[in-house]
Amino acid sequence: MAEDTAPPAPPPFVGPLDDKDRIFTNVYGFQDWGIDAAMKRGDWDDTKKLLEIGQDEIINRIKASGLRGRGGAGFPTGMKWSFMPKESKDGRPSFLVINADESEPGSCKDREIIRHDPHKLIEGALVAGFAMRARAAYIYIRGEFIYEAKVLFAAVEQAYEKGFLGKNACGSGYDFDVFVHRGAGAYICGEETAQIESIEGKKGQPRLKPPFPAGAGLYGCPTTVNNVESIAVAPTILRRSPEWFASFGRENNRGTKLFQISGHVNKPCVVEESMSIPFKELIDRHCGGIRGGWDNLLAVIPGGSSVPLVPAKEIMDAPMDFDGLKALGSGLGTAAVIVMDKSTDIVRAISRLSYFYKHESCGQCTPCREGTGWMWRVMERLRTGDADQSEIDMLFQVTKQVEGHTICALGDAAAWPIQGLIRHFRPEIERRIAERGAPVMEAAE
Amino acid sequence: MADAPHIPDEAETRARWGAFEWTAENAEQAKKVIARYPAGRQQSAVMPLLDLAQRQVGAETQTQGWLPVPVMEYIGRQLDMPYMRVYEVATFYTMYNLAPVGRYHVQVCGTTPCMLRGSDDVFSACKNKGLVKGSTTPDGLFTLTEVECLGACANAPMVQINDDNFEDLTYDSMSAILDDLAAGKQPKIGPQVDRQTSCPEGGPTSLKEMVGENHDYRGEWGTTAA
Repeated sequence: MAEDTAPPAPPPFVGPLDDKDRIFTNVYGFQDWGIDAAMKRGDWDDTKKLLEIGQDEIINRIKASGLRGRGGAGFPTGMKWSFMPKESKDGRPSFLVINADESEPGSCKDREIIRHDPHKLIEGALVAGFAMRARAAYIYIRGEFIYEAKVLFAAVEQAYEKGFLGKNACGSGYDFDVFVHRGAGAYICGEETAQIESIEGKKGQPRLKPPFPAGAGLYGCPTTVNNVESIAVAPTILRRSPEWFASFGRENNRGTKLFQISGHVNKPCVVEESMSIPFKELIDRHCGGIRGGWDNLLAVIPGGSSVPLVPAKEIMDAPMDFDGLKALGSGLGTAAVIVMDKSTDIVRAISRLSYFYKHESCGQCTPCREGTGWMWRVMERLRTGDADQSEIDMLFQVTKQVEGHTICALGDAAAWPIQGLIRHFRPEIERRIAERGAPVMEAAE
Repeated sequence: MADAPHIPDEAETRARWGAFEWTAENAEQAKKVIARYPAGRQQSAVMPLLDLAQRQVGAETQTQGWLPVPVMEYIGRQLDMPYMRVYEVATFYTMYNLAPVGRYHVQVCGTTPCMLRGSDDVFSACKNKGLVKGSTTPDGLFTLTEVECLGACANAPMVQINDDNFEDLTYDSMSAILDDLAAGKQPKIGPQVDRQTSCPEGGPTSLKEMVGENHDYRGEWGTTAA
């Protein structure tokens, strides 16, 4: 070797994605979702061969692909699967629960997968369930997805009819069932332990951890809860190789991702793109730019309502991935990009999210039950300027007292948008208070 | 809570619903639902059965249905659950109606993504047709509820009426939908503008082959590891 320095690594591929590298080819539903059409697109193509890869090797390949959970937290999917017991010492079966309780404001990707490409999800359920040695999968679909649930029930039935599920699934010798469970309208059931409670027929209130679901989850049995997208991409990763999936996006942020762009863009849409695609390119390429031009952009909530907003000038060139948005004090979440232009009443936009969290708090932990209502009421006063300047800091302090003091992350999710608003738009809040003038102490409230 | 549902008088409810039983078809469906869960875990079926019961009540009253106390007790008996456990579930989840609703349950999403795209206009359209948030119109036709994010944000603003979504609304299109329903006509479901589901308006920016044919992209994959 003439040189002892390795050649510099090629820059990561950050889009735009070629159509041939898109996983969800029927995402817009131009074609039939049914099993025959899905098979022509490549689903259920010799699934037996995928299972023959072997349980541990499937998990290894998912790890090698760099897939991180698509439900918001970004936990490495392969590693999650590997926490499941390899054999049952006491006869308890294992379960896979697939989280289709898509309720995060801004998110609308699982809906497209379920109503237009359901067989990717069902095949993924078999592959993932097999790899983690689960006896069955429960798909928890939110109650409001009525049409989507109809499609999913019918698609599961089609898979049984073809012998892809049930006893000796796909001729592999492995028995695996898929059941669909409909929710009934509760955001909190997107939290994994609340979802398990809900499937057990109870109120969806999160459980204290530990024990973690991989030890004692659904019906007290080892359980893994995964997002729809994480499960639905698994068969394609195995078919095309982990290296293929890892060739998109930056280190630690690999793969393709369904982005959901809503708000003030010219053409809101759902689109699959490479991870780490710069924000501006994503919007220009697929959404026809910002309404009123790029100078009109005010702020962006890049990952669904639970992450703090990012002001226009910081987001413009940011890579849309876990680490890139974390560096901006926000997060990728579910990649639900809510765009706000300068016509937005930014305080009202965030206050409406505070109302959302007040409405959806399950009422179990005091800081969240009381705090979400309190924060919303203060936010409503800040919206109209009917407050004292000192209340901005007080509100910030209260968000810090809610954050991290609850069983699940709903308290954090309620706190972060407000913190982001105060961090970036404090002058706007102060202006409203100043313009309205000092609060008049006429009568006690 | 000011917006809490007005639950009808219990004696009246018992007289009307005390003898509630599944229809033959729903009894069959209930059996199928319970079979989805492991033996001894029949409590898991409480949510699907409450939904089924609400639909049956709806069919009997020509509305979107609700859950009278005797109906919840009936489900509790079937699943061997105390009534209070059933009631707990029914009150926790928003889709169970604890009080009667109209023939059309108009559920307008008011959360931020819809708000940014004009859900205020959708509410104005409802208001101008005489719909009041949290109550049913005197003719029993419409109940208006503001709901939280329904997961169709790329097609905001949207409304769910009974089992159907109407998306990409404006003041005018929402007014037209309410007019159609009042006249007994079925409005077009889905986006109210010229658009395929969540595809960008004016045509896709990706996967264009899929528009015309069920395209198989595998031929373009190239060499990949087995």
